[in-house]
Amino acid sequence: MIAIVDYKAGNLTSVARALDHLGHRCEITDRPERIRAADRVIIPGVGAAGATMENLIALELTGVLRDDVARAGKPFLGICIGIQVLLDRSAEDRADGLGIIPGEVVRFPASVDGRPLKVPQIGWNRVRQTRAHPMFAGVPDNSHFYFVNSYYPMPADPAVTIATSDYGVTFTAAIARDNVIATQFHLEKSGTAGLRMLDNFCRLKV
Amino acid sequence: MLAKRIIPCLDVRDGKVTKGVQFLENVDVGDPVAMARYYYEQGADEIVFYDITASNERRGIMIEVVRAVAREIFIPFSVGGGLRTLDDMRAVLLAGAEKVSIDSGAVRNPGIIAEGARAFGSQCMVLSMQVKRGAPNERFPSGCEVVIDGGRTPTGRDALAWAREGARLGAGELCINSIDRDGTKAGYDLDVTRLISESVAIPVIASGGAGEPKHLYEAFTAGAADAAIVASIVHYGEHPIPDLKRYLRGRGVEVRDAVGMERSAK
Repeated sequence: MIAIVDYKAGNLTSVARALDHLGHRCEITDRPERIRAADRVIIPGVGAAGATMENLIALELTGVLRDDVARAGKPFLGICIGIQVLLDRSAEDRADGLGIIPGEVVRFPASVDGRPLKVPQIGWNRVRQTRAHPMFAGVPDNSHFYFVNSYYPMPADPAVTIATSDYGVTFTAAIARDNVIATQFHLEKSGTAGLRMLDNFCRLKV
Repeated sequence: MLAKRIIPCLDVRDGKVTKGVQFLENVDVGDPVAMARYYYEQGADEIVFYDITASNERRGIMIEVVRAVAREIFIPFSVGGGLRTLDDMRAVLLAGAEKVSIDSGAVRNPGIIAEGARAFGSQCMVLSMQVKRGAPNERFPSGCEVVIDGGRTPTGRDALAWAREGARLGAGELCINSIDRDGTKAGYDLDVTRLISESVAIPVIASGGAGEPKHLYEAFTAGAADAAIVASIVHYGEHPIPDLKRYLRGRGVEVRDAVGMERSAK
């Protein structure tokens, strides 16, 4: 069973529908014991970093995600806000993150070379696969994925970045470290390429 | 760099797709779920549904349509038409839409934009505005007035002023729908689209008037639009989305390459 973490925000049902479509059994839950019992865990997302962390703390899920999921070696996928809460802290709401991946989350610049940059980034952007990874099986390099974000992750160790994208700046679009995988783009809204990566996560052996 | 988005628009009345010409004489052309899946497989980057159901008691049908569409397509889609309250929006988003599009309801009650942005996030809130050209004077510096109710009711608001106000209130995107061009196949209103796109820091969607592939090219270049709504240009099979994208790519416009992938994955 795949647990989709319900932190009282975000578009949980669209990830669940995509998993249903792919034939993977999932459960939307905020209960620590269900998350511990799951084979895989997904934090999906839209929302703000501060509110997301506040909800995870109020639901007493931060320790479960850190110790019983990330450290325990369980396949763990963060999507959009789900990538951002993995790091130490975010410039958004000056929120502390889960600290699973060292680094921070920063905002896109308001302008680049004197030209204004529209923030949030909303739309389809190319994703460059900078490292081979089983998450990319069957996904052509430079495929487009759907992004909605004002902030992006800056991991301290560049080796955890497996994909980048360009929006005013070149930024980390996906990270992987052992069992911990995360994408800034919405796998559940990125057509076939996104479904393929979701399916790859559900089959990932770590 | 972001790809320019092509967004087919489906008008839905009583659960059936109709095609609007100047918002009049709608004719049934099909099942919204089948149409959505068709455009998804064709490589549409997003889909917008406008609920033009007249009677309030039949509005529940649209929620069922949204739920069914959400099970079939895995790209963003938005729903507009008749959304007046936070509860109306919540119902559509919970049923699986990525965004809501608000139009006349926002003109009557601008506060709904801020409330929606606070409750669901700006990325959910598309402010759609119907604009009509008039004599440019001190009241309408942009040359366009905002109109509502399918173009029948003038509001006295300048298009650019309303666009700025909408962005300030928390809209995540603006859809500029030219009432003069709608259904004419004469091309988008490039001037007002560009004027607004260069004056706000959120994405702008051109709408109304696409009849030929070059109209999309113009919207993305001269019009400075981030996305374009298409209706009759794609609904009758004259210019399928893969052809439009091939044409745009050939002219140097960045578009998403999805063709073939959506179908091969089945």
